[in-house]
Amino acid sequence: MGKLVFYVALALVVVSGVLFAPEHAGLAIHPMDQFTVEALFGGDHVAWYTPTNVTLWMFLAIGAIFVLLVLGSANRGIVPSRAQSVAELAYGFIYKMVEDVAGKDAVKFFPYIMTLFMFIVTANFLGLIPMSFTTTSHFAVTGVLAVLVFVAITVTGFVLHGAKFLGLFWVSSAPLALRPVLALIEVISYFVRPVSLCIRLAGNIMAGHAVLKVFAGFAGALGFASFLPIFAISAFYALEVLVAFIQAYVFTILTCVYLKDALHPSH
Amino acid sequence: MEGDLAYIGAGLAGMGTGIAALGVGNVAANFLAGALRNPSAAASQTATLFIGIAFAEALGIFSFLVALLLMFAV
Amino acid sequence: MATNTHDAGHGAADAAHGAADAAHGSSGMPQLDFSTYGNQIFWLLVTLVVIYMILSRVALPRIAAILNERQGTITNDLAAAEDLKAKAQEAENAYNKALADARAEAQRIAIETRAEIQAGVDEAIAKADVEISAKAAESEAAIAEIRASALDSVKIVASDTASALIAALGGKDDAKTIAAAVAERTEG
Repeated sequence: MGKLVFYVALALVVVSGVLFAPEHAGLAIHPMDQFTVEALFGGDHVAWYTPTNVTLWMFLAIGAIFVLLVLGSANRGIVPSRAQSVAELAYGFIYKMVEDVAGKDAVKFFPYIMTLFMFIVTANFLGLIPMSFTTTSHFAVTGVLAVLVFVAITVTGFVLHGAKFLGLFWVSSAPLALRPVLALIEVISYFVRPVSLCIRLAGNIMAGHAVLKVFAGFAGALGFASFLPIFAISAFYALEVLVAFIQAYVFTILTCVYLKDALHPSH
Repeated sequence: MEGDLAYIGAGLAGMGTGIAALGVGNVAANFLAGALRNPSAAASQTATLFIGIAFAEALGIFSFLVALLLMFAV
Repeated sequence: MATNTHDAGHGAADAAHGAADAAHGSSGMPQLDFSTYGNQIFWLLVTLVVIYMILSRVALPRIAAILNERQGTITNDLAAAEDLKAKAQEAENAYNKALADARAEAQRIAIETRAEIQAGVDEAIAKADVEISAKAAESEAAIAEIRASALDSVKIVASDTASALIAALGGKDDAKTIAAAVAERTEG
């Protein structure tokens, strides 16, 4: 049965590729157009308060999180429903990560880290819907997320440990002569953290979506053979689903690792 | 002329993503080798694996970004 | 450069696209269009605050409560199971004890009954012995009597025979002498 459906879908793709091939096949690849920020209700000017497609897809992310975590757990079942078990899974996953990676005393940061993870993972997945807009592919968005993490962690470190927090940069186990050099490297790597967090997430998502668009452009140019790039898109889409989750996971776990540095700088 | 040079630069920067792929493969291969030697310890180290992969991949993404900048922003 | 390449490279659509880009005042990469940064950052902060509120006020406490409740239920169930197991063990012990008691009682009753029966049998045997000895004595007496009467009869017959013999021989029977002679003979 499943096999039959698969072959029928395959045949449909091939046939529709033949039937609906554009008359004037041409290479028209605009991989970056999908990232354009535009006002929702017309108008060219995008002021800071204008509702844009960013707003729309961020609010959809809020809606998805609300449905999953609030409506999903509304029954409070001892035996969970499907949505509730997904919500519990997400909760347990992040809670365990915070506890294992950042330590027991990091649990008070758990709601914040959960917010980050849920936002990134839902925005990534929503961005995978065809014709959608991916908010996490913008450096402005991921940059703010990364800077929030950076500021929160630096402030926490100094509040908890005062000047001792600077010991993070002074590698006491290294030979004395090397320490200033190492300190310089440590300071640079500390300030590169938010940059790398920001660019890793946005870059991964942007690269994946751009590649999908490039393949889609090939499909437009190849005429009746357009099913070949469409298969490639399908395969790449599966990879993107994986990447969407892994990048959210990596962002969250790196936040936890940095948080551990702030809570226990001597380690 | 200047634009053509930028495209060449973008191509060179794009090689960086391939080199980063080598790094990611190295991380994953060493993890697998270690995991096969001591499978019981593997599950506890998957987080470390992902962190390592993320660091290695970030640099590839940097070079990808440079390529994009050269193509679209210079 | 973006507008430049678009115009040079491709057709009318690209030119239009380039024009749109120009209208937005951006380069070819929307991520680097700084005029939209304020907008994105504003809406991102709104979104994050809303999500944080939803999570910290509603979702996370609720899920934590559900998980705790489930943990509690599981712990309770385990405790109840432990309880029931202990009770079952107790019941089994009681059963075994009752069984052993019953067995001992049965043993005791069997021994008692056996002893009772033995006593009855002994009594009966003793009674029978007494009866038998009584009967034996009686028989002995009867035999002795019979023997005595037989002796008397022998004496009478002997004396009668003796007197008849004497008479036949022509003697004069002397009862006294005959009796003495008979007695002498039968005694001897």
